[in-house]
Amino acid sequence: MGAKQTRSAQKYQDLTDKTGFSPEQIKNLHKRFQQLSDNEETISRENLEKIPALANNPIRKQIIDAFFDKRNQHQNEVGAFQEIGFEQFLMVMSHFRPPTLKTTEEEREAMRKEKLRFLFNMHDTDNDGTITLEEYRKVVEELLSKSGAIGLEAAKAIADAAMLEVASTNVPHMAPDDFYEGITFEHFEQILKGLEMESRMHIRFLDVDTMTMRCGKSKS
Amino acid sequence: MDLNISRRAAALLILCSGFSLLCGCRGEVPPKPTGGVTIVPPIKPDNGPQAYPEAEKSNLPVFTMDYPRIQIPFEITLWMLLASFAKIGFHVYHKITIWVPESCLLISIGLIVGAIMHSVHEEPPAVLTSNVFFLYMLPPIVLDSGYFMPTRPFFENIGTVLWFAVVGTLWNSIGIGMSLFAICQIEAFGVQDINLQENLLFASIISAVDPVAVLNVFEDVNVNEQLYIVVFGECLFNDAVTVVLYNMFSFVAEMPVVEPVDVFLGVARFFVVGLGGMGFGILFGFVAAFTTRFTSKVREIEPLFIFMYSYLAYLVAELFAISSIMAIVTCALTMKYYVEENVSQRSCTTIRHVVKMLGSISETLIFFFLGVVTITTEHEWNWGYILFTLLFAFVWRGLGVLVLTQIINPFRTIPFNLKDQFGLAYGGLRGAISFALAFTLPDNIGRKQLFVTATIAIILFTVFLQGISIRPLIEFINVRRTNRNLGTINVEIHCRLMEHTIAGIEDLCGQWSHFYWKDKFMKFNNRILRRILIRDSRAESSIVALYKKLELQNAMEILDTVSGDISAAPSIVSLYEEKKSSAKPKKKFLAADLRNMHDILSKNMYKIRQRTVAYTNKHTLPNDSQTKEILIRRHTSIRRSLRPGSFQSTMVPKSHKYFSLPAGQSLDLKFPPARLSYTDDHETLSEVAYPTRRSRSGRPTRSSSRAMMPLRRLDTLTEAPSVDTVGDGGRITDHGVSRTNSSYSDSHVAPRRHLNSSNDNDSGSVDNLRNNHHEAPEEEEEPQPSSSSPVWAAEPRDGTTRNPLLRRPQWNPKKK
Repeated sequence: MGAKQTRSAQKYQDLTDKTGFSPEQIKNLHKRFQQLSDNEETISRENLEKIPALANNPIRKQIIDAFFDKRNQHQNEVGAFQEIGFEQFLMVMSHFRPPTLKTTEEEREAMRKEKLRFLFNMHDTDNDGTITLEEYRKVVEELLSKSGAIGLEAAKAIADAAMLEVASTNVPHMAPDDFYEGITFEHFEQILKGLEMESRMHIRFLDVDTMTMRCGKSKS
Repeated sequence: MDLNISRRAAALLILCSGFSLLCGCRGEVPPKPTGGVTIVPPIKPDNGPQAYPEAEKSNLPVFTMDYPRIQIPFEITLWMLLASFAKIGFHVYHKITIWVPESCLLISIGLIVGAIMHSVHEEPPAVLTSNVFFLYMLPPIVLDSGYFMPTRPFFENIGTVLWFAVVGTLWNSIGIGMSLFAICQIEAFGVQDINLQENLLFASIISAVDPVAVLNVFEDVNVNEQLYIVVFGECLFNDAVTVVLYNMFSFVAEMPVVEPVDVFLGVARFFVVGLGGMGFGILFGFVAAFTTRFTSKVREIEPLFIFMYSYLAYLVAELFAISSIMAIVTCALTMKYYVEENVSQRSCTTIRHVVKMLGSISETLIFFFLGVVTITTEHEWNWGYILFTLLFAFVWRGLGVLVLTQIINPFRTIPFNLKDQFGLAYGGLRGAISFALAFTLPDNIGRKQLFVTATIAIILFTVFLQGISIRPLIEFINVRRTNRNLGTINVEIHCRLMEHTIAGIEDLCGQWSHFYWKDKFMKFNNRILRRILIRDSRAESSIVALYKKLELQNAMEILDTVSGDISAAPSIVSLYEEKKSSAKPKKKFLAADLRNMHDILSKNMYKIRQRTVAYTNKHTLPNDSQTKEILIRRHTSIRRSLRPGSFQSTMVPKSHKYFSLPAGQSLDLKFPPARLSYTDDHETLSEVAYPTRRSRSGRPTRSSSRAMMPLRRLDTLTEAPSVDTVGDGGRITDHGVSRTNSSYSDSHVAPRRHLNSSNDNDSGSVDNLRNNHHEAPEEEEEPQPSSSSPVWAAEPRDGTTRNPLLRRPQWNPKKK
C-alpha cells in the first residue's frame, strides 16, 4: 500500500513537470479519469461518448476527437489513438491551464499559440496543414446543429462567408481567378489576432475534490 | 435690467455662435435665436402686467403674454437646449473630447454660465429637488446603463461585479464615514457637531462612483474586457447600493438615538431592498417582453411599452421603498434580449436612441447644473474636513480595491493583476449621482452646506484631475487590452467554438463554471422562455445573428454613402456602426465563392424583406418599407457589381458606386412602376431630412461632400453617346469576359454611368440626388426590355424572385 502510494506520488511528480498541473489538480483529474474509464488504465471513445453532460454539446465529436489526436500531445506525431491513458488525457487538458500572475509575456504568447493550434487541429481533420472549405463547413454545421431551425443551407452560407472573410483579410490582392485553397495556421492566427482568448480558453482546474467542496482555491 | 439682458444675451450669443461656428451645420442655426432669448423672458412678466391693462379695455386682446404659465417648462426646455448646445459644441471639436472628458467640459460650461448668472444675481431655476431627481432624472440615467450593459461579459463576471459594487461600496462608505467621524473629534477643525450618522450619510453619498468618463477612455484604449465590465457594473450597481444606503442613513440621521436593533434591521432591510428590486425588475422585464409579443399590429407605439414598463418597474419599486435602480436595471437587462427580437428593427433603433438620448440629457443637465451651483450657492468651506474627505476617498478606494481583489482573485479564472487594480482604483470618479444626492439632502441636516461643498470639491477634483490623467496613465502602464470590436464572422464562430469546447472539456472533468450554467440557461431559454416571450420563436445562434447584422451593415453602408440616410434600413447597427463599418468595406471577394456570397446576400435580404412586409400592412405609413426594401436590394446588387471592380480601378472615387449602378434594375423589374410613385418619393424624402440631422460625428458632412462630387462630374458626362448602344456594347463585352457574369462587370460600370448621368444633369443638391435615386427604377424600366439585360438576367434570383411572395424555400432548390 505504502509502496503504491510512493509510486503514484512519483508518477504525479512526473506529470506535474510535464503538464504544469499541481499534484492536487492531477489527483482530482485522475479521480475523474478513473470514473470515466470505469477504473481501467485507458479511456476509449465509447467512454467519453457516454458522458451524459456532453450529449448536448454540438461539437461533441470534435472535442472527443481532440483527446485522441496525437497532434495534441506535443510529440510531433500524427494520427489518432484508439485509447488514451491518463498521461495523454492530462496533456490535452493542459491546453486549458489558465495563466497565473507570474506568467511572463512570452509564455502567454506561447500559450495562446498552443491554444490556437488546438483549435486549428479541431478544424483540420485530415492534418494537411490547411482548413479547407469542406472542413470549415462541417464545423459550422455542427456548431449550428443544435440551434434548430437553421438548416444546413444557412450553415453552409455562413461558413462560405467566413471563408471569404479569411481570404479577404489574408490575401487582399487576389486576382479574380485565384482560388483560396484553405486556411493555413498563419492565416488562422491572423484572423483571430485581436480575439481575447484568455477568458474563453481557460478552465479553473480545481485543487480540491468537487464532491467535498464546491469552491476550492486554484493555485495562484 | 437692460444691462442684464444685454449681458446675458451677449454671453449666450457668444456661446451659441461659438458652437454654431464649430458645427457648421445649417440645421442648428435656427434655434439660436431662442437660445439668445434664453434668459430674457424672466424679465418680461414685469413688463407684461403694465401692458396688460391697456389691452383689457378692448374686448378681445390682440396680443397677450402669460409667462408664469409656461415658466417652468419653458425654462427647463431652455436649460436642456443650452446644455445640448454645449454638447454639440465640444463634440464637433474632436481633439478636446479625446483628452478632456465630456463631463469636465460640461462642468466648465456650467461654471461659466454660473459665473454669468452670479454676476447678474440671477438664481438658478429650482429644478433639482429631491423628487424631480429621483422620479425624473435618475431613471433615464440608470436605464441607459442598464439597457446598454454588455450582457455576455457581465454575466461572465457577475460575481466580481457584484462583489465590487456591493461590498466595495459598503467598504467605502463605512470606511470613509468612520474615518471622517474620527476627524470630526479633532477640535481644531471645528466640525464636532457632525455626528456619526451624518458622516456615514455623507460617506455613502461620495462613495458612488460614476465612471462614465473612465468608461469612455477604457473603450478608446480597448482595455481588457474584465476590467471594463467590472467598472461598468460597479457604477451601475453601486448607484443602487448608494441610494439604499443613502435612504437608510438619512432615515437614521434623523433619529436621535440609534439602537443596536436598528443596525440589524438596517442590514436586513438592505437585502430586502436589493433583492426586492431585482425581483420587481425581472417581473416587469418579462411582462414587457410578453407584451411586445403582441405589438406587431401597433408598431408605432412599440417603443413606448419599453419605456413605460421600465418606468413602471421603477415607480412600483419606489412605491414599496425598495431599490428602484435595481428594479429598472434588471428590468432592462431582462427584457432587452426578448424585446429586441420581438419589435421591428426600427422600433429597436428608436428605443436605443431614445434611451441614450434621455440618459445623456439627464446627465448633461446634472453636470451642467453642478457647474452652475458651484458658483451660485453659498458654500461652507472647511479646509480640514474637505481635504480629509478627499484623502479618505482616495485611500479607502485604493485599499478597498487591493483588499477586495485579493479576496476575489482566487475565484477568478483570470486574476486581476496590479495594473488592473490600479485601473479599477483610479477609475473611481465621482459624478452626477453623488452631486444630486448631496444637493437633495434634507434641510434638517445641520451641515448640509458643508456636505454639498465637500461633494462638489471631490467631484471636481476627481473628474478634472483623475478624468484627464487617466488616459495617459492607462496608456503608460499598458494595461492588458482586448480588442472588443471584432465584428467578423470568423471571430464569432470561434468564440462559440471555444465556448462549446470549454463547456465540453469541463463536462469531461466534471467541473462547472459559468459556461456550464450558460449552457443550461440557453437550453432553458430556448425551450421555454423564448417560446413564451417571442412571437416568432426560432432559436437563433449568435453566429447567425451576427452574420445577419453584418449583411445589414453592408447594405446600409451603401445607403449611408449615398445620402447619409440610415433610418430607412433596419438598423440595429446604427449605434455601433461607425467603428465597424469602417473596417468592412475593404473586403474583397474571391471569384470562386462570389456566387455563393450572392446567394447568401440575397437570401438575407429576402428574409428581412419578409419581415418588413409582414408588419407593414397595417402601418399608417404607406408603402415605405417597400421602397426601402427596393433600396436595400438595389444596393446589394450595386455592391455586388462593384466589389470586384473597386479594387481593379482604384482611381474611381467611392461615390461612383452609386451612380454607376447598373444593378438593381433586375430587382426593380418585378415591381410595377406605379408602386414606386410619388407618394413613395415623398415618404423617403421626408425621412432623409431626419437622420442626417441625427447622425453623429461628422458622418453627414462626409457623406454629403461625397455626394456632391460625383454630381459635378456627372454633368460633364452628359454628352455621352446614346445610352442604349453603349450599354449594349458594354454588356456584350461583359458577356465575353467575365466568368462570374453577375459581378465582374467592370466594363459594365461605365456605360451605366452614362445612362444615369442623363437623368442627373439637373441635380444639384443632395435632395435631388435622393430624388433621382427614386426615379431611377422607373427610368430603368424602359431600357430593360429592349436590351434584354443579359448580365443581370443571368443571376439565378432574377426569375425566381419576381414574385415577391415567393419565399426562400421555394427558390432554393432550383438553384442548387
